[in-house]
Amino acid sequence: MTTLLQTQGLTAGYGDFQALFGIDVAVGAGEVIALIGANGAGKSTFLKAIAGLLRAAPGQVIYKGAPIGSLPAARIVGKGIALVPEGRRLFPSLSVEENLQLGAYCGRPGRWNLETVLELFPALRERRHHPATALSGGQQQMVAIGRALMSNPELLMCDELSLGLAPVVVREIYAALPAIVADGMSAIIVEQDVRLARQVSSRFYCFQEGRVSLEGESASASDEAITQAYFGVQA
Amino acid sequence: MTTLINILVQGVLLGALYALFAMGQSLVFGVMRLTNIAHGDFIVLLVFVLFALTAMAHLPLMAALVLLVAIAFAAGYALQYVLLNRVSSRDPLPSLMVTFGLSIVIQNVLQELFSADPRAIATGGFESQGVLLPGGINVGYLPLLTLLATVAVTFALQWLFGRTALGRAFRATSDDRETVQLVGVSHRRTYALAMAIAFVLIAVAAALYATRTAVSPSDGPALLLYAFEAVIIGGMGSFWGTFLGGMALGVAQQAGFYFDPGWGIWLGHVMFLAVLVARPQGLLPKTA
Repeated sequence: MTTLLQTQGLTAGYGDFQALFGIDVAVGAGEVIALIGANGAGKSTFLKAIAGLLRAAPGQVIYKGAPIGSLPAARIVGKGIALVPEGRRLFPSLSVEENLQLGAYCGRPGRWNLETVLELFPALRERRHHPATALSGGQQQMVAIGRALMSNPELLMCDELSLGLAPVVVREIYAALPAIVADGMSAIIVEQDVRLARQVSSRFYCFQEGRVSLEGESASASDEAITQAYFGVQA
Repeated sequence: MTTLINILVQGVLLGALYALFAMGQSLVFGVMRLTNIAHGDFIVLLVFVLFALTAMAHLPLMAALVLLVAIAFAAGYALQYVLLNRVSSRDPLPSLMVTFGLSIVIQNVLQELFSADPRAIATGGFESQGVLLPGGINVGYLPLLTLLATVAVTFALQWLFGRTALGRAFRATSDDRETVQLVGVSHRRTYALAMAIAFVLIAVAAALYATRTAVSPSDGPALLLYAFEAVIIGGMGSFWGTFLGGMALGVAQQAGFYFDPGWGIWLGHVMFLAVLVARPQGLLPKTA
């Protein structure tokens, strides 16, 4: 399996506050990996750094063999990396359809367009002229995923899709994931629910206080090892 | 009755000019929440650019107008990209200070270069021609052209914002300038484009204004006041609101002029204050 994205000693932070201390993560082409860890472990910061919202040194993020660590966010999406941000962050002035259309702003060709996204999430079709923020939380999350898909990414990064959603809605959202990655798209899933994260991924990385405390196969890792890596104490 | 109709007609025609002044301000505020104190001085600046192109470089008026629009677009883009993007933040104070400073610089540079004399653009008598309607109502061709231009500009802006990919990017950037970057929109470029378009609107306003009356380098702040009042009466960030705001201001001033020539401007301000008290959110708040 060829490596699509690789971080080498990635450091990032907010002003004087350093949140990541040398993260090494690799994502293969067509691979789904999960990032788990407690609140404040640096998972969201990691995704923001890859998406370009936080600047890193060029060589700290290698994508398809090229350093992209210092590119601005507006150019990274055009290279095929899309982020579904934590808390969805839809544009309230825009309708559902306009939010989706804006996702295609970078003009990457591919199988995702307004029609295929509405086929993936049929619930959005009849509400597509409503203001995006007038929808239920689950439907807003579908719009956020659809908006990211509209840029036809090769790497989809999802930050806490389950945030603030009822368990039944979370299952519905994650049920769409296999169809999304079916054509070889890679994905990085950040998820609080460790069991769910392991179900949908082939490998996982556990973050703790800005460092990778454990990595392994999602199916075979032991619960004790994960618990220790997650909380950093002997359970 | 005829008097009333005359006040309304002349007020709407005058208001069209104020609405045109305000349209660029409305766009800039709607996209980047930037209050541009130098807006009136930019109008005056472009009047003098047009004056230099026609009276000093002796270009034909049409060629000068095309050139003016091109210069305005480039200048607006560069101003935002190089200077104003550096001070655009959630805090409104830095951009207020910078545009306030620009206002002073523009006034003084223009006085230095062109002296304090008022200048007008010669159109060969077009500004004094008009049509006499029944009832003795005189409608000038120039004010009529101004009204047509304002209606066209309002429709164009509404279409741009509501129907195009650029308009979606404008609205989304206004909502959340961090998240738009995730869909590939550079908020710096979007801001620069918005200012470039605002400058084109300023160029149109400048050309029509300078044809109507003589303009001196220190006239900017008064124009800014009219633009501000029109935007706020209409409701921040709505183009048809700004259009209505300009009309309301024009009609109020025209009514004042009818009672006493010294009352026109004053009654406009009174109407503005009355709207602030009765309906502080403006006539038509929110961008479509």
